[in-house]
Amino acid sequence: MIAEALLPPRVIVYEGAGATPLAATDRAGLFASLLDRGYAVTRAGAGAADLQAGGAMIVIGCFPDGPPAVSDTSGRCEVLVRDVTGLSVAETVAAVEEARGERRMNRPPEASTVANGPVANTAETWKPWFPVIDTARCTNCMQCLSFCLFDVYGVAGDQTLRVENPSNCKVNCPACSRVCPEVAIMFPKYHAGPIDGGPVAEADVHREKMKVDISALLGGDIYAKLRERSADAKARFSKERSADQALAERRRCLTKLADAAQIPREVLDALPSPEEIQRRVEAAAARASAAKEAAGAAAVGRST
Amino acid sequence: MTEPQLQTETAARPADDATRIVYCRCAYAQVVPVAVKDAVLAGLAAAGRGFEMVPDLCEMAARRDPHLAELARGDRPLRIVACWPRAVQGLFTLADAPLPKQGVEILNMRTDTAETVLAGVLAAPEGAGS
Repeated sequence: MIAEALLPPRVIVYEGAGATPLAATDRAGLFASLLDRGYAVTRAGAGAADLQAGGAMIVIGCFPDGPPAVSDTSGRCEVLVRDVTGLSVAETVAAVEEARGERRMNRPPEASTVANGPVANTAETWKPWFPVIDTARCTNCMQCLSFCLFDVYGVAGDQTLRVENPSNCKVNCPACSRVCPEVAIMFPKYHAGPIDGGPVAEADVHREKMKVDISALLGGDIYAKLRERSADAKARFSKERSADQALAERRRCLTKLADAAQIPREVLDALPSPEEIQRRVEAAAARASAAKEAAGAAAVGRST
Repeated sequence: MTEPQLQTETAARPADDATRIVYCRCAYAQVVPVAVKDAVLAGLAAAGRGFEMVPDLCEMAARRDPHLAELARGDRPLRIVACWPRAVQGLFTLADAPLPKQGVEILNMRTDTAETVLAGVLAAPEGAGS
């Protein structure tokens, strides 16, 4: 789970009474620069700004008489004030960064970094990639829970499916959405519909059901197929005794499977041992089965 | 000098700020056209009213940011400028802050033009002025 300690400071751009408005030509650029560095921003004009539920708030404005003394008397959050009179957009952003100090926060990648390839996924550079459930479509069949090896899914108190550990999800892997027969799993940062959250057409539902059937044809259990291929490869490599050849062969064998489920190669390379896969599959299946049984029992209880 | 009005969320607000506007920058991915999100942000910045901006609703939902629950509480009409409504609703639900069925409009920068989004987000609320 992404730590709550990474709650970014909220920047309040204050232009109300007692402050001179920012230059109109700078305002949108300043907002964009702060947002692209991961800050939440509130433009407080004549109206008031809500206090943040925790963490820190950095109030910036052009205060002709110097920065006012402001504090949150409820003690819910720390309030810092910076006078940015005469500062350029870049200097204002620097002043916000200085005010933030050592507070940790998740940061979006810079455009130049993105252009150079994937960014290392750490607590402070985490790309928010995870499944989102369309509860209007989900039937709580728990296929996704059984499928996922990384404990992303869980079961809520009412025995419905829940995305429990979003940050366990493997970035850019939409594979669980491919096993959902109801097209109920979205990845909002996916590049195309309906997985991105776009409208679901009848043809999409049909196609997804077909994909589930295809995975069944692959052997009934996609992980069983992975294990089988891994075991075959291991047998061959033990004779060949070449780690490089082993890796190359493993990749070749998995390519078709990866294409079918749109699983990124990095995810396949990071799969645990066949024994660990087996253990996780069984654990996930047991959780799914228990949730369905409990939901069934609750339904019977309600009807009697 | 007059001190900035940092008040609690129960504070009275000017009538023109009755509708709360939230703009999502989708800063962690390149799926919303940059030209659209920049033009919408510029339009909002020039509109002369208060609004809120978040770097990325997905990232907030994953952290189950308490601000989402506050937004979803439904004490004021809410307009969210982000992406597909189905995805936005799912994100709030994931964060244990499901959006109310009434009083929420979601505008989609993935598919609509900046002009369409701005016209929708800055339009007078239904019933205003009647």
